[in-house]
Amino acid sequence: MNRQDNPRADAPRSFQEVILRLQAYWAAQGCAMLQPYDMEVGAGTFHPATTLRALGPVPWSAAYVQPSRRPTDGRYGDSPNRWQHYYQYQVIIKPSPPDLQELYLGSLAAIGIDMDLHDIRFVEDDWESPTLGAWGLGWEVWCDGMEVSQFTYFQQVGGHDCHPVSGELTYGLERLAMYVLGCDDGNEMPFNAPDAPIPLTYGDVFREAEAQYARWNFDVADTEVLSRHFQEAEAHCHAILSQPEIDPKTGRRIVMAQPAYDQCIKASHIFNLLDARGVISVTERQAYIGRVRTLAKACADAFVRTPPGGWSEGAA
Amino acid sequence: MSDLLIELFSEEIPARMQRRAADDLKRLVTDGLVEAGLTYSGAIAHCTPRRLTLALEGLTDESPTTTEERRGPRVDAPQKAVEGFLRSTGLTLEQLGQVEEKKGTFLLARITHPGRPAPQIVAEVLERTIREFPWPKSMRWGDGSLRWVRPLRSILCILVREDGAEIVPLTVDGIAACDTTEGHRFMSPGRIRVTSFDDYEAKLKRAKVILASEERAEAIRQDAANQGFAAGLEIVPDEGLLAEVAGLVEWPVVLMGRIAEEYLDLPPEVLQTSMREHQKFFSARDKSGRITHFVTVANRETADHGATILAGNGRVLSARLADAKFFWENDLRVAKAGMDHWLDALSNVTFHAKLGSQRDRIERIAALARDIAPAVGADPDLAERAARLAKADLASEMVYEFPELQGVMGRYYAEAAGEPAEVAAAASAHYAPLGPSDEVPTAPVSVAVAMADKLDTLVGFWAIDEKPTGSKDPYALRRAALGVIRVVLDNKIKASLMKLMEPAGVMLTGFLNKSGFKQSHEDLLSFIHDRLKVHLRDEGIRHDVIDACLTGDRTDDLTDLVARARALNDVVKTGDGENLIQGYRRAKNILTQAEEADGVEYSYGAERKLAETDEERALFDAIETARPRIDAALASEEYPAAMSALAGLRTPIDAFFEAVQVNAENAILRRNRLNMLSEIVRTCEKLGDLSQISA
Repeated sequence: MNRQDNPRADAPRSFQEVILRLQAYWAAQGCAMLQPYDMEVGAGTFHPATTLRALGPVPWSAAYVQPSRRPTDGRYGDSPNRWQHYYQYQVIIKPSPPDLQELYLGSLAAIGIDMDLHDIRFVEDDWESPTLGAWGLGWEVWCDGMEVSQFTYFQQVGGHDCHPVSGELTYGLERLAMYVLGCDDGNEMPFNAPDAPIPLTYGDVFREAEAQYARWNFDVADTEVLSRHFQEAEAHCHAILSQPEIDPKTGRRIVMAQPAYDQCIKASHIFNLLDARGVISVTERQAYIGRVRTLAKACADAFVRTPPGGWSEGAA
Repeated sequence: MSDLLIELFSEEIPARMQRRAADDLKRLVTDGLVEAGLTYSGAIAHCTPRRLTLALEGLTDESPTTTEERRGPRVDAPQKAVEGFLRSTGLTLEQLGQVEEKKGTFLLARITHPGRPAPQIVAEVLERTIREFPWPKSMRWGDGSLRWVRPLRSILCILVREDGAEIVPLTVDGIAACDTTEGHRFMSPGRIRVTSFDDYEAKLKRAKVILASEERAEAIRQDAANQGFAAGLEIVPDEGLLAEVAGLVEWPVVLMGRIAEEYLDLPPEVLQTSMREHQKFFSARDKSGRITHFVTVANRETADHGATILAGNGRVLSARLADAKFFWENDLRVAKAGMDHWLDALSNVTFHAKLGSQRDRIERIAALARDIAPAVGADPDLAERAARLAKADLASEMVYEFPELQGVMGRYYAEAAGEPAEVAAAASAHYAPLGPSDEVPTAPVSVAVAMADKLDTLVGFWAIDEKPTGSKDPYALRRAALGVIRVVLDNKIKASLMKLMEPAGVMLTGFLNKSGFKQSHEDLLSFIHDRLKVHLRDEGIRHDVIDACLTGDRTDDLTDLVARARALNDVVKTGDGENLIQGYRRAKNILTQAEEADGVEYSYGAERKLAETDEERALFDAIETARPRIDAALASEEYPAAMSALAGLRTPIDAFFEAVQVNAENAILRRNRLNMLSEIVRTCEKLGDLSQISA
């Protein structure tokens, strides 16, 4: 990419530079820079750093990249802008600061979006996650008609009212980076610097895997195995939460909200896989979502009985 | 006198809520002020994405002083009662008066409520308004407890007098009222101090905010039309979108761009839906009607005159349309292969847990459409084929993405598959009518499929006892019933609905094969009759008239039923009709009483030879003449003729009652006259149960 294509000296030159700049920006705002959660999730919101930490009164501020999977979005690596595996950048701050919109706009400037040339808009988008029993109000943020982020004030998570309210920002990194870098085809987008000794595109990194997963997701994944795994994860989650709060070995009070939540995440992802295989009917769909929601609620109930969830010996 | 200016400045308010919110602000504040004793001469409310504004003119400076008299306990009441009264009135014993009444002398308090200054009242009313604002959906933010549609950032509240503006002292959840606002988020950052409404509006305009949404909408409409005209294009009108877009911008800048060549072959509905739903773009079409351009409305001016913004929007659109094209091409492949793939896929899609899959439903509708076809003049083979394919597009990728294109896509796909034109047309037409202004299908094949679809739905949900209750109608069964009514009436279909429901019920029974299945066609028919009444009310046909026509065994032939109702309605409206019904009612009353008292039915026919008076004989003759005419007219379904024949009886009936005493001393005469009344009643009732018609 020459300077003619991209006259702004401070524009990022690669996908990873967009990520690095977001990291630097939000680190400068004081967020804890977390790493991705080590499980398959459909969106950054599923990271316990968001779902669980949004619960209870304890202040929280974190940012992280989360690899996310949406099996139905697979296009065999052929689509210029859809992948079944993609990255989200997630910022969560509790309580939401009064200048969160301005902070957010600052992050766009940090990745090279010139506010004087672009049209940034906050368009109504009420966020709801039926599987998490969560909802919030906010916007999709549009840059020149493209949705570049979701901006949400969490009102409820896992069936619990959020007090205080968390502000959540979610950036779809591929789309955002393609926009900033001026790429129409995501597969052609530079992953590292174009003048690196071994320059790689996004397609070099992911294209083949996309084809493999698309085939697997759509046609090969064993639905019986998946259905069984779903049931197992569900049962496991309930089993974990039914343990006594006092650990018989250490004698300590240990509410296992997060291990249980892992099973909830697992069930949710398996549901997405089954959905991509086209074996879930409309009514079954509701039932599956309800079952995952039951797990999410139970995990939320457990989390608020842990110290990070606001539980304290005195209050109990 | 002063003017009041209020602005509630927040983060971006959803476009669809703005207008209503501005109206609510006006209503709640003005009602509150008036209730507190202030008056004003004019009020206007505005909204932008970031503000609700209310300006009042000629607000009085204070509320009037009022005096209230309150009677207390008797002067000789116990100390405690007197003290309580003093506490409640806030007066001392010396300040109380006395009043003499029959029961003694009572203490009397004259309490003066001094007028209160406007700022104090405004502060109270505005705080209450903010706290109780009726947003359809509201939220909390940060660690506060106030609810607003999105975080409320500042409150501007000033009273403007000739000598200057005064901030109304008011603090809501930590937000203190002030006399400043903000202009455009990007084009004019920073706060602006304002001193009056005119000053506010003018300064906002300088700060790149057009306050009035109508003005923004008009600017968009004009500018889009002009740019389209210059390019030889016409903007596809979309008032809903215009209102929405005007609520997304404070400083509208219209930009028009070309849709990339490779997408111009997509069906226009797909282009328009994708652009509207995803991008909030208007569509622009050329002289041939082809959509070639998009119109987007930006919220700002830029140094490059929108070039970057337009290019970005164009790229986003291309990405969207690439998806649409991907769906379209995949779908066309399936369609050309005969759509079996979709029909198979629909076997796995549940329509309703108790009513089976979409595929089950399609098979039922196909069989039913074949049954219905002869009644509506359609070819049974085509009707069945059309019904089988009409819902295939529900499994297509395009409809998954844009559910509102169901039917529209089905038609394209059926055409692509080389199906006959009538079959393809049914795919889109059979859903109609969806709304009151929606057209009703008229092509016979479409009519057959539309009827089959709606009847299967109705019979099915009735069978599993999932009827609409109150405001709850999750399966849109009222709409389905109204659909049946309109399809039947508009196409003048003469068929027994009960007969059409039967095969639907049989198929469902076979399918459900459960003891829980309820055959309840009568109940469903009466539901359809209820919807029919609502439908005909708009036409000016009275409820009771329809009730009157709901007799006999042909009430499930809606075309016939409505023809009778119209004819009866026309008669009832006339003086003759009204009197006739009075005569009928009188006859029926006397007859019923007599029959109850005597324990006999007077239905043997009266004898002319027993008639005593001319009026009786005249009535005999009239009935003798009218009856065959009525019967003939009814048989040939010439209801207006039947009605006018009946209406002709009015005069002789009136004359009969005038001259004749029915309950005569002579038992033979009496019996004959009662039999005469029975003749009147039975003749009248040939046209309906006139007793249902209210006086």
